[in-house]
Amino acid sequence: MAKGNAKKQTRYSKDLLNDLLERMLLIRRFEEKAGQMYGLRKIGGFCHLYIGQEAIAVGAVAAIDLKRDYVITAYRDHGHALAVGMDPNVVMAELYGKITGCSRGKGGSMHLFDAQRHFYGGHGIVGAHIPLGTGMALKLKYMGEKGAVLCFFGDGAIHQGSFHEALNMAGVWKLPIVYICENNQYGMGTDFRRVSAVHDLSALSASYNMPGKQVDGMDVLAVYESIKDAVALVRAESQPSLLEFRTYRYMGHSMSDPATYRTKEEVLKQKEQDPILILKKKMVADEMLRDDEFQQMDKRCKQIVAEAVDFAERSEQPAIETIYEDVYSEEQQCP
Amino acid sequence: MPVIAYRDALNQAIDEEMARDKRVILIGEEVALYNGAYKVSRGLHDKYGDRRVIDTPISEEGFTGIGIGAAMAGLRPIVEWMTFNFSIQALDQVINNAAKMRYMSGGQFAIPIVFRGPNGPAEWLSSQHSQALASIYTHVPGLKVVSAATPYDAKGLLKTAIRDDNPVVMMEAELLYGIKGDVPADEYLISLGKADIKRPGRDVTLITFGKVVHMVLEAAETLAQDDIDAEVIDLRSLRPLDEAAIVASVTKTSRCVVIDESWPVASVGSHVAWLVSHRCFDRLDAQVELVAGEDIPMPYNHQLELAAQPSVEKILAAVERVLYL
Repeated sequence: MAKGNAKKQTRYSKDLLNDLLERMLLIRRFEEKAGQMYGLRKIGGFCHLYIGQEAIAVGAVAAIDLKRDYVITAYRDHGHALAVGMDPNVVMAELYGKITGCSRGKGGSMHLFDAQRHFYGGHGIVGAHIPLGTGMALKLKYMGEKGAVLCFFGDGAIHQGSFHEALNMAGVWKLPIVYICENNQYGMGTDFRRVSAVHDLSALSASYNMPGKQVDGMDVLAVYESIKDAVALVRAESQPSLLEFRTYRYMGHSMSDPATYRTKEEVLKQKEQDPILILKKKMVADEMLRDDEFQQMDKRCKQIVAEAVDFAERSEQPAIETIYEDVYSEEQQCP
Repeated sequence: MPVIAYRDALNQAIDEEMARDKRVILIGEEVALYNGAYKVSRGLHDKYGDRRVIDTPISEEGFTGIGIGAAMAGLRPIVEWMTFNFSIQALDQVINNAAKMRYMSGGQFAIPIVFRGPNGPAEWLSSQHSQALASIYTHVPGLKVVSAATPYDAKGLLKTAIRDDNPVVMMEAELLYGIKGDVPADEYLISLGKADIKRPGRDVTLITFGKVVHMVLEAAETLAQDDIDAEVIDLRSLRPLDEAAIVASVTKTSRCVVIDESWPVASVGSHVAWLVSHRCFDRLDAQVELVAGEDIPMPYNHQLELAAQPSVEKILAAVERVLYL
């Protein structure tokens, strides 16, 4: 296993590590602010925060090339939107329902999209976007493009028929896609062990003739490496795979969930595995980061988030007339 | 003019559009090697191969969603449902994904996709294989819904549907696939949203769509023997609906019967009947009548299943009511 050993010794550039750390931190600060603004009723409806899971979106997106690759996820999507490089202003404005939001105030928290950046949403029905991601992969293969799709979903989605139907077809047709289960251990308030016949969710890949792997989803570098490997498999052999990232969300399922189904001790214990602290600790130990540099970084992130709130506050409400816009695309006129 | 079967008209439409645009693919159960459960796709796999004519497992939700995802990313898939009865498995994909993606993204995506297959009762198939589901799809903003009664309309509407940048649901019928009619050799398209006057008349407007158009035309011929001149409007497109054609006809005749093989409650037929009452109130000389499928699941027995559907007799009786005969 010389190859494996070589991997372990990989030295990461300071730029990459700084970038990973700052993106995770930005998401953390953004989500904290979103929660705060939700409390002030600036943001309404369902709002699912990504705090605790930052390493997955950040590590995964850092491992791909968004010029040719695509990302699609479910409704806990703020982190993915920021990870692909969407403007925090535009994301916050969408949470506020303002016309300057990425979806013109029609999508909200669960429906962030950026077609230009190949970020295809932002989907609200558990598991129902897994066939969509699979169709995006069909398009890549059909057109002979060398891209890959990263399709994210939670542990709650894995028992939907759409998951199994889509993975089967991806397995049959060898579609260029990486299925990424972010196992935060609770489907809303239900511990996944109570509703899953197997507890190693990556084992489901065997049914669809694709490799499966469990990875520590709190270690951004482990995420990064596993996605690199999975995407390499896609590029070389158009071989799909299923990765299960073990992670933990610090907050409730949504803002309206007090999460009484977990003990304080459990949450505190999980927070010891914080993805930001893990990377920070490693960088400090490797003398790549000083504490004052971290403080500077944190200050920048807080500043960006404050500006995003300011932008959202200042933005206009959508005009009532816009309700009839974006229902249909331009008519194809027949002669 | 060539006379061809309805299934072959659909086949020509798909063939021509696949030849015209390499982004068009056909995906569904039995569409490739088997040549289609109802032979609509006969020969297309031979001509276009595995890449473009794709057999799927029996996974309606999955392959419908895959079609939608491919459309988001730039292909123009035609998704064949073996029948609309099975499309219910995929309803979430159509309603929550195809119909809403453009809106929820603030106009960032177009979803150029066609969902097609036979809808409505055939014969001896009982409840799960004989249902007319037009109302369910027509209810949903973001979709377009069309229904062709003749080979000519089938080809023209399907070609337009494939070129449309929106999700289009196209309803055919098992009992229509074998009927023959004139189909021009030269290319033509039929705009979505345009009704067709299948028979002009002065005395009463009969509004319908899909397979029952033929039954309504038969009823109109019977009425003609009694010097009642019925106008038959084939809606062809349920969404968008050609309200102008409906209003123009009823304004002329002042009497209206709507015929829809779906269940009567909250249906396309009941909507059109409301629309006529609303838009033509001052012109109407009688109540608007609705001849619908009976409000029951479809029975297996042939006499019972015929009794559960619109019939020439039911149409004639409704016409007599609006003419006070």
